[in-house]
Order: sequence, then structure tokens, then C-alpha cells
Amino acid sequence: MAEVRVTVDGVNYADDVEPRTLLVQYLRERLGKTGTLVGCDTSNCGACTVHLNGQSVKSCSVLAVQADGGEVTTIEGLARDGKLHPMQEAFNECHGLQCGYCTPGMIMAAIDLLGDNPDPDEQEVREGIEGNLCRCTGYQNIVRAVQSAAQKMRPGAAAEQAPAPVAGGGN
Amino acid sequence: MIPAKFDYVRPSSVEDAVEALRQGGEDAKILAGGQSLLPVLRLRLAAPSVIIDLGGIPELRGVREDGDRIAIGAMTPHHDVMRDDLVKQHVALLGQATETVADPQVRHRGTLGGALAHADPAGDLGAPALALDAEFVIAGSSGRRTVSAAEFFVDYFTTAIGEGEILTEIRFPRYTGWKSHYEKFNRTAQAWSMVAVAAALKVDGGTISEARVGLTNMGTTPIRATGVEQALVGQPATADAVRAAAERATEGTAAPSDADAAADYREHLARVLTGRAVLAAAG
Repeated sequence: MAEVRVTVDGVNYADDVEPRTLLVQYLRERLGKTGTLVGCDTSNCGACTVHLNGQSVKSCSVLAVQADGGEVTTIEGLARDGKLHPMQEAFNECHGLQCGYCTPGMIMAAIDLLGDNPDPDEQEVREGIEGNLCRCTGYQNIVRAVQSAAQKMRPGAAAEQAPAPVAGGGN
Repeated sequence: MIPAKFDYVRPSSVEDAVEALRQGGEDAKILAGGQSLLPVLRLRLAAPSVIIDLGGIPELRGVREDGDRIAIGAMTPHHDVMRDDLVKQHVALLGQATETVADPQVRHRGTLGGALAHADPAGDLGAPALALDAEFVIAGSSGRRTVSAAEFFVDYFTTAIGEGEILTEIRFPRYTGWKSHYEKFNRTAQAWSMVAVAAALKVDGGTISEARVGLTNMGTTPIRATGVEQALVGQPATADAVRAAAERATEGTAAPSDADAAADYREHLARVLTGRAVLAAAG
């Protein structure tokens, strides 16, 4: 067993885990954070995307022990005081989902994208969510949702629409 | 699926990692960013007895100037490589190829050294490393040695890194002021390169004075297109001259045939993509 100490959605945890435990398994099975989904066994689908130390990662391709000392944000950590993150709102408003299975990962990837590039054009959105597969929507409304969220999250947007203070993107 | 059981160690120095590797014997496996290894473990294509995680060794991360070389720690993530100012200024081709690797999540975790040590012939970073004459610093129990890119890539998923050794740093000469482009051909998002071409040029007054061209997935290792390089030198950077030189792109190649493409199609791609890469580099 190995010890892992992590902060997940603002709460500190210390647990003994088997070294082979995947981060996504730890989040779902140990912490009960089932908002983060497992979609594939090949690291392709991105459904399990979370932020680790402020960057999007596929939590099926990270060992829990590799997250030791780190800070994780999942889809469950985005809302603040009962208010959805602007990216969550935008997916809702733009109907950026059908079955919803890809949505948590898609939203985490999209927030990371806007952290790197606050005003992406359509092509940049498509490249930014390249690591996330959606088999329902054809991506059209997902791209619209991301661009809509970008507008809301721009500096100078109405205060109540400003982004919640969560990790988003690279540096 | 969940990986088979293994022991896990996270050394804090290269020396400790080398020692852990010695103790682990042939069933030990090095974990860099894990973006190839974790899927392999999950699919149970490998079941090492011990995993040695290099993630706790600060020395292995980052880009720095070292004399006339740009030195990149083996554990520097792709995301950091492609955004680094030294890389943009002196080794732009490497950054351009790195931008095409997989997807943003994978680029946050995957590392330059991990990708090169994995040596997948369809991987995107071997061709620029070879074309740019990178040097590979490898640590073992008797110290560190340096091998050239030409010696580093040995075969399919096989490099000059010996048993008990760890890749620590990749060093590049400076190509300041050179023009470059990485032209990748694949059919779907995240897909590996069917074929790709890495091209860097020095252009003086409209004439190509030096050229470096590397090919991805045209053999069991990255391949240097020396025939194309020779044909480009002294030529004007025009479409006709470049396309004529690109006809030599398949010299010395041994393109694989697989579910993605037959060998003769890959050869066609190599010629077309070489022309595109060189013309895009010449701008």
C-alpha cells in the first residue's frame, strides 16, 4: 500500500491505496466522486477528465499515487454556493449534450482550454476538446457552448457571470 | 481494466532511480508521464513487478541553455516544451511537432523523454530529434553517457538505452533563425501519424543553404531523408524545386503496411508531405 494525500474539490484527504489504483478509481470508489465517469479502456474518450494541479488530465491514465501532494478539481467542485460554473450553464443553455455521458469530461477540458485561450475561434475549440469524444451531438452545440461560456467569462462580463475561482488551464 | 499488482517507488534523485532499477531487475519499468505506459498496464499488455516513477526528480524537468546547446530534461511535459521560449527561439521544429501529439490532456502529462524512450515509430518526436541532431544523455550505474540521435533509435520500440539505464536529458544544437514545419497526416482526432515529415531550413536570400528533414512512421525508427536534404541545398525555395527534391523522400525507407495504410500509399504520402512541409517551412 502507498499513502496518497490530495486535495479534491477543496477538501483534504489522506488514504492508503494500492499503487495500481487509478486516479479515477480513487475518486469514484474511495471518495464517492461519481460525477467523473469512465468511458473507455484506451485513454481516448476523455470522459474521466479532471484538473490536476490546474491542468486537465485523463484520470484513467494517472495513478492515484502520482497525484500525491496535488490538488484535484472534478466536475463536482465547479459549482459555487449552488450556482453552476458558467461553462456548466452554457452547456445547459446551448444544449451541449444529449446522453450526457461525455459532459463532465467535456466541461473540464473546455475550462482548461479557456484558461489557455480565453477567446478561441471555432477551430481552436475543436482542437482544444480533441481529447474528448462525444457520440451523440456531432459537437456542434458543444462548440457553441464553449464559445458562449468564453463570452460570459471574459473580463468585463457582468459580475454575476464571472468565472468561479477554479483551476482552469495551464500556467 | 485495472493494472496487475506492482510495487511502486518514487526516487528523488537520478542516482536513486538507477539503484532502484538495478534492484528491480528486468521486471522493473520506468514511469515517466505514463501516457503510453498506463494504457499498456490497464490492457495488461505488460505486468512489471515494480514501477519506478521519475516524477519526484526535479532535476529532470525544464528547459535550459547549456553553452551552445538547449538542454531539455527528460521529464519535461509536452505542454511545457511547446510553450517554452527557448524552444520557440532555437528548436522551433520540436515545439511544432509536440503541438501535434495526442490531445491537451495527454500533453499535460506526457513527457519528451518518455515519448522518445518509448520509441514508437508512429510517435511524432523522434523525427525532429533525429533531423535536428539531438543528443541523448543516459544515466547508469557507471555514470552518464551521451549518444547521438542517429545511434539512439535502434529498432521498433527499441533505443540505445541499456538495461539499468535512464534517459535524463535531450540536448539540441541551436537552430536560431531557421524556418521549420511539422506536417502530420492522420485521419481522426488524437490519431497517430500515418506518416509525418519534420522539416527545418536555413534560407538565405531565397536560396536554401541548409536543410534537415526527418520522417515519422516510414520504417521501424525515425528516418532522416538525407537525399531530400542534399537535393534542397542550393535550390530556390520555390514549389517546383521543392517538389522535385521531395521525390527523393522514400530513399532508404521501409514503410510498414498495416490497417491504416499500405506501404506504397505511405511512400506516396512521404513525397507529398515532404513537399508540403518544406514549402510551409519556407513560408
